[in-house]
Amino acid sequence: MLDIAVAYNRYKFLGHEFLTWMWHRIDNDIREDGADSEIMTLSIGSRIVIENCRHNREEVLTIRGDGAGLEEGLLALNKGGKVTEMHLIYRKGELEWRFTIKGESLNISSLKCPQTGNLEKKDEVEGAVLERIYLVDQVIDLVNGLYCRFVRERLSSGWEQRLRAINEWIRRSIQG
Amino acid sequence: MLQLLSSAVSLTRYKVDGRIAEPFMETVRNGLKKYRIKEIENDPVHKSVGWTCADQPYRPDFDASNICFGTFLVFSIRIDKKPIQAKVTNKEVNLAIAKRLAETGRDRISRNEKRDIKDNVLHRLCIRMPATPNIFDVVWNYDANDLWFFSNQKEANEELETLFHKSFLARLIRIFPYTAAELAPWISNTERDCLHKITQTTFNGGQNA
Repeated sequence: MLDIAVAYNRYKFLGHEFLTWMWHRIDNDIREDGADSEIMTLSIGSRIVIENCRHNREEVLTIRGDGAGLEEGLLALNKGGKVTEMHLIYRKGELEWRFTIKGESLNISSLKCPQTGNLEKKDEVEGAVLERIYLVDQVIDLVNGLYCRFVRERLSSGWEQRLRAINEWIRRSIQG
Repeated sequence: MLQLLSSAVSLTRYKVDGRIAEPFMETVRNGLKKYRIKEIENDPVHKSVGWTCADQPYRPDFDASNICFGTFLVFSIRIDKKPIQAKVTNKEVNLAIAKRLAETGRDRISRNEKRDIKDNVLHRLCIRMPATPNIFDVVWNYDANDLWFFSNQKEANEELETLFHKSFLARLIRIFPYTAAELAPWISNTERDCLHKITQTTFNGGQNA
């Protein structure tokens, strides 16, 4: 295993590619196969950050706001940018989670789990803690599952095909 | 209330690397007790870092508190700091210098004297200043060797990694894009080799593909 500090910087790009891949999957796969239940319940929330560090310059584009148009983001991808941070909404049945994921660290922030009952008595703490752990674990499972799929595809010969599909999606989207 | 029950939380994930000495629960409880937060009120110390109970962070008692919830251990790290502002220090140092000059009848003091005065001022301020506590919950799934830390703050994460190693003689490996793949149970040797050689992809709408 590589040195942790070295690996953190060396593999930041993999997290950024993961989030860019995820945006493409969210935007396309529902129409493609409709069988991917996790993706079908995932949507982009109120914030997405795209960075372009090519040609020795650093451009950062942040799009925020509920229901904001993402056309500018696609233009930034077309210039070689990658998603570095995104806010996501995950729905499973009646339940809804909202969270932000950062590409370079895979850290999760501002995680809002589905509402649970108010804690009224001290002997309800254990149940509340276990319930919250279960709800947080649902998001961790989702991220782990998607990351596993991304990495396996990224490390396989199938990545070339995915890359063509992503580039085609970017081109189609900006052409309207 | 436990921080992990808050309406919005942030978390950093870790893998626990290394075996905790048997009997497991006793080792953990002893580690928590040994490195329990030390109160620094009325003490000239500006920072204290230690474990505390998630349900009673200001009166930790690891014998009385329940830390075991199913296969999860739940406890907290507390970081107490006395944020002494530079402007307050400057004011107090200036007043102390003026007093010294008035007492001695001199019109200037040496650099060493000034340094001693500053040290004394900081010492006094540190004793007087109440510590600001910051509490971050830890959820440790000991069956899976997974640990969640409810903070993304760099300093808090570094304090956790150091304290965990001192307390339990096991290392925490932070989960980020490389470790999430390298340590995953599903990765094959061929995939691991590819991971080590992988280079960046450029997305550009097919312009230079």
